[in-house]
Amino acid sequence: MDISSSGPIWLTLQLASVTVMILLAIGTPIAWWLAHTRSKMRVGIEAVVALPLVLPPTVLGFYLLILLGPNGWIGGPLKTLTGSPLSFTFTGLVFASTLYSLPFVVQPLQSNFESIGSTPMETAASLGASRWDAFFSVILPLSRRGYLTATVLGFAHTLGEFGVVLMVGGNIPGKTKVISIEIYDRVEVLEYTQAHILSAGLLLFSFIILLTVYSINKKLPVHIS
Amino acid sequence: MTDFLKATFKVDYPEFGLDVDLKLPASGITVVFGPSGSGKTTLLRCLAGLEKSGTMEIAGEVWQNENIFIPVNQRAIGMVFQDSRLFPHLNVRDNLLYGYKRTPVDFRRLHLEEVIHVLALENLLERGIEKLSGGEKQRVALGRALLTSPKLLLMDEPLAALDAQRKTEIIPFIRKIEKELSIPIIYVTHSMSEVLQLVDTMVILKEGKVVKWGPVEKVFADIQLRDAIGDQHSGAVLDTTVLEHDTEFGITRLDFMGQELSVPLQNIPQGQGLRVHIHSKDVSLATQPPDGLTSVLNILKTKVKKIGENEGYSVDIELDAGRPLLATITRKSLSNLNLQIGQPIYAFIKAIRMVHDSERV
Repeated sequence: MDISSSGPIWLTLQLASVTVMILLAIGTPIAWWLAHTRSKMRVGIEAVVALPLVLPPTVLGFYLLILLGPNGWIGGPLKTLTGSPLSFTFTGLVFASTLYSLPFVVQPLQSNFESIGSTPMETAASLGASRWDAFFSVILPLSRRGYLTATVLGFAHTLGEFGVVLMVGGNIPGKTKVISIEIYDRVEVLEYTQAHILSAGLLLFSFIILLTVYSINKKLPVHIS
Repeated sequence: MTDFLKATFKVDYPEFGLDVDLKLPASGITVVFGPSGSGKTTLLRCLAGLEKSGTMEIAGEVWQNENIFIPVNQRAIGMVFQDSRLFPHLNVRDNLLYGYKRTPVDFRRLHLEEVIHVLALENLLERGIEKLSGGEKQRVALGRALLTSPKLLLMDEPLAALDAQRKTEIIPFIRKIEKELSIPIIYVTHSMSEVLQLVDTMVILKEGKVVKWGPVEKVFADIQLRDAIGDQHSGAVLDTTVLEHDTEFGITRLDFMGQELSVPLQNIPQGQGLRVHIHSKDVSLATQPPDGLTSVLNILKTKVKKIGENEGYSVDIELDAGRPLLATITRKSLSNLNLQIGQPIYAFIKAIRMVHDSERV
């Protein structure tokens, strides 16, 4: 593989890893809240979280472009603070990917928390554990399957995104040019061999990840109370 | 005896409410009895602090009132549930130690070795939870709760999921905890055989309200509680002491408040207690002691204390035999005997049930 392809690959992996880490951090409280709340807002929040599943990526990308651009609600203030808006930057890509892949992390975590139910937390509390303590000592170990699924789905979905990235990040080598866009570029200029290498690589990589996850998942014990 | 626990709870759910005012003693096993849906579990959840409602005071310490609410994890309670709720990712030892590690060092009164010994857990320690039988799981759950050195142990139908054989295995352990470790227990059940084997103080709940509470012998002999307790169990629960064994006739003689009762030979040492249950329909009355011979072995001298108002053909009579005793006789007999309150009367007891046998009744 030549040097011009390894750039996008490296960038893609970086983007997917950072995005997944952020998603796990913010997805956990959202999923926990959705799994346990009796609030009427729940349905609304669930719908918002699921939006990226049904929206065309270009729609999400378009609004994000406006929001993160030099005159947007987020991009504007940031530009006055740091001198640069978020659109067409790596940070902007992370922001966009986080929103785009949100349901892929929140939904498996939510169904995981729902299947665990509220009894392990109550039991841990009756044994003297605070909420944080109970979460880390009981809920998290019981949620290995859920977290594995959420991580893989979030990672894989970020790897494959195209529309949002193109809208928000553009096509700047080394900054925002990820594999999917690189493949598109190569096809445009009829470099089918390069496109093949990248596409087959992505295909194989995704397959291996999923295969690994499903075989680990099979070995992990199921904990349903 | 001063009250150890004082509590008032009021919970309102769309289809269910709980409204109780309780005062319970500092020792022994208090059984909360009632049909499903009567609010037993909700009451336990309130005591544990899993539901926010009302006031609660324990051994002079306020756990909740209008301004104070001590959260679950800071209450010195142990809870045992019907479905053991052991943590599946931890082995037996780590389950046992989960609460112990989270109990402040100064508050630890019970330690691993002691609890392992009391509950006979020696051979289970390194086992995974999925390799335990139902009875073993409940013993571990009991141990785990005890290792938080609770001031109060709350048990929510801990035996309901076990078969009769396992139940009889666990019950002695519960008695032992109360006696040897002196931890008061509040025990919720809808099983009368568990009530009879464990109860010291009884609380009867119905539709979220306390129908009656008090020492077991008083509650059982209350003629107004026929419905709540169930016809087949109506009668007196008496605590007796083994006097001697008569192996020739296969009989064990019991002392009950200075009078004697005979039951089939029991494998219980002299001087030890035996709880018996005398159903009201197994007691008949006579104004005179038998002047001839009778096949009835057990005759107690009593006094008429209260006469019930049954509408049907039978009527319940509460007798005073030092402890309350209950007899069900026909209204015809009542009229023949012309019973008056305070009148001395002989109670002929046709059958005595040992409480540890009640599983088979």
